[in-house]
Amino acid sequence: MSKLYSGAEIVFKCLEDQDVECIFGYPGGAVLPIYDELKNHESIKHILVRHEQGAGHAAEGYARSSGKPGIVLVTSGPGATNAVTALTDAYMDSIPLVCISGQVPTHLIGTDAFQECDTTGITRPCTKHNWLVKDIKDLSKIIHKAFEVATTGRPGPVLVDIPKDIQFQKTKYVNSIKRKKLNGKIHNKFNQGEIDQLVKLMVNSSRPILYTGGGVINSGPKASELLRELVSLTGFPITSTLQGLGSYPGDDNQFLGMLGMHGTYEANNAMHDCDLMINIGARFDDRITGKIDEFSPKSKKVHIDIDPSSINKNVKVDLPIVGDVSEVMLSVIKTLKKKNPNFASSNKEKTSKWWEKISKWRSVNSLNFINSDQTIKPQHAIQRLYELTKDKDTYITTEVGQHQMWAAQHYKFNKPNRWMTSGGLGTMGYGLPAAVGVQIAHPDKLVVDIAGEASVLMTIQEMSTAVQYNLPIKIFILNNEYMGMVRQWQELLHEKNYSESYTAALPDFVKLAEAYGCVGIRAKTPDELDEKIKEMINVNKPVIFDCLVDKEENCFPMIPSGKPHNQMLLGPNDQKENKITGKGKTLV
Amino acid sequence: MSKPKSAYSIPGKKQKSDTHIIVVWVDNEAGVLARVVGLFSGRGYNIESLAVAKVDQKLNISRITIVTTGTPQVIEQIKLQLGKLVPVHKVADFMRGDKKIIFKEMALLKIVGNNIKRNKAIKFCKKFNPVVLDKTNKSLVIQITALRREIDTIMNDLKKTGLVSVSRTGAVAMTRGAEIFK
Ligand SMILES: Cc1ncc(C[n+]2csc(CCOP(=O)(O)OP(=O)(O)O)c2C)c(N)n1
Ligand SMILES: [Mg+2]
Repeated sequence: MSKLYSGAEIVFKCLEDQDVECIFGYPGGAVLPIYDELKNHESIKHILVRHEQGAGHAAEGYARSSGKPGIVLVTSGPGATNAVTALTDAYMDSIPLVCISGQVPTHLIGTDAFQECDTTGITRPCTKHNWLVKDIKDLSKIIHKAFEVATTGRPGPVLVDIPKDIQFQKTKYVNSIKRKKLNGKIHNKFNQGEIDQLVKLMVNSSRPILYTGGGVINSGPKASELLRELVSLTGFPITSTLQGLGSYPGDDNQFLGMLGMHGTYEANNAMHDCDLMINIGARFDDRITGKIDEFSPKSKKVHIDIDPSSINKNVKVDLPIVGDVSEVMLSVIKTLKKKNPNFASSNKEKTSKWWEKISKWRSVNSLNFINSDQTIKPQHAIQRLYELTKDKDTYITTEVGQHQMWAAQHYKFNKPNRWMTSGGLGTMGYGLPAAVGVQIAHPDKLVVDIAGEASVLMTIQEMSTAVQYNLPIKIFILNNEYMGMVRQWQELLHEKNYSESYTAALPDFVKLAEAYGCVGIRAKTPDELDEKIKEMINVNKPVIFDCLVDKEENCFPMIPSGKPHNQMLLGPNDQKENKITGKGKTLV
Repeated sequence: MSKPKSAYSIPGKKQKSDTHIIVVWVDNEAGVLARVVGLFSGRGYNIESLAVAKVDQKLNISRITIVTTGTPQVIEQIKLQLGKLVPVHKVADFMRGDKKIIFKEMALLKIVGNNIKRNKAIKFCKKFNPVVLDKTNKSLVIQITALRREIDTIMNDLKKTGLVSVSRTGAVAMTRGAEIFK
């Protein structure tokens, strides 16, 4: 007779068979049997966070930077509800998470028992799928299926809710990992005919643009390589969404920078005026398209995505190709090489006028700002951070706000998986715990959270986690004492009524760092900035860096919502900015 | 209308909405109906009627028939989003007017009234396969099967003949001829 295992043991057997190396969690009554079992499984490291939301974001940071699913373990009731923000965040940004939650014993479900909540009900809309395990015999099958659902197709979070009595019961263990990475929900059905059509469009286009997104990152490092090959083979200009940054080198000449609400002038204008738009793994989000009715009116649109429901959701496209972007790009490259071996040279002439136009837009230098030698400009701080860390294979996470957009604009990423930011949900408090997760996955790398002083206070308690596990994360706070992004909108739209966007009584971040047992550094003037950044990099401990920046700087360029791409607001260097009055103002 | 000061764009032009019947085959497991219905409510799609029951004992499969209205883009999204749910096996979709499809809804109608009224009620129902399921000297329960609109109409007619209670299933659908839903 084969051996019998308890539910708690089976949880770990599954995690071991899935090659899980670490879990982010927080104990409580309904998961105690699992915590009891932890000591018997040395290959699995448990990271004790300080709040379950932190566990979720840390797992996201781990997943994004490593390409492996992130594992979260929480107790029933408040443990599970605290994890909901992170699950929703992962759902919006397509990050594979497996969350295991404890539940009250089966016989108490439905009785409003202590720390009972309808976890599968609450998390149904923010997971790809979830399960309440009602029979110990289903446990191993469900956990393996959970990994499969989280990591295949368009990735995302899943949750397995395990009642406490099931954790104690015993049964046989079945390893049911599907080696074949296929389930009924994966769509890789594109055909050569579609590829031929795409190649034909490419050959005929004189104003093409590649618009790439997080799908390229999610498809794995191979996808980034193929993208680079495709770009060099075609000579096409390329722009990226917030989530796609790093899949193509940010300092390359064919790269037009990020597009969208705070994207560059050249990227947005090229999107508006192109005759062929090839969307690779992006989703025509409303921060990208601006006014839908006037979005890129003259172009043929191609959309390559693994999720068929992303296609034609916001924007109607002319050629949808459903598939893994790596495989589609591979086919395109092969076909292009075979059918048009000297495409690059023949294409050069065809697109030369287009490139001239792009250069003109580029010369506007839309990311420019007026620097100061008195106060630190936030953009300048990011530029210095970039210059001083670019040779180090640095991993960057962010919180949400102006600092996030400045980071996206001024930090140039050259590799995928180096940039972790909450895009879809825009979760303040994401960056610090995400940095914890990234540092766990990459113990020897430099990990910096580019933060705002308001956001960072939402999950600041995770500094304690960083200290406990000797994770030398750097929290680089662009401290403007304002919820800057909110203040900017109030300035532009609400007659400078700065309602509740100023944070009085901020903590002294240097002392706060010391209280947590890490290092606090403050930079007040541009003169001392470089020295202090170097000091931060050289400390082998967690650091909170309080960078006092201009309090009233605004983030430009900006497409006011409800406006098409070619009506951007540029920075103070540009006169156009003064024109945001009347009607235009109300539309932002 | 004054333009809202919004962080979002203003709605663009709206397409025309049509009524569709969506048929979904799902694993008959806990929570599956909540997933399907939650997808509709969460994404702002509407449900006009809903009929669910297990149709395959061995494979444990239920068939859900949903009547909904939406623009072509919305209907397409509904189908694709349903297709992504893990317990969903397949999704079929038809326009309400589709001649190749039979749509039927069943209704139980309770009539309370004198003999004349009761006979009148049965007569009104003539066209819709009336079956008298229960009969007393004061009341009748009539079962009819018809289209949704027909049942709406007949309910109106029966008001005069002492209709006191109605119970209706949602619409169910089946292809005509030898073909089956793919
Ligand atoms: C959890 C959460 N609450 C509220 C918001 C709305 N919001 C977006 S940006 C922002 C201000 C962020 O301020 P800070 O972290 O100081 O960044 P800054 O814009 O000043 O760089 C707020 C409140 C949000 N994105 N997330
Ligand atoms: Mg701030």
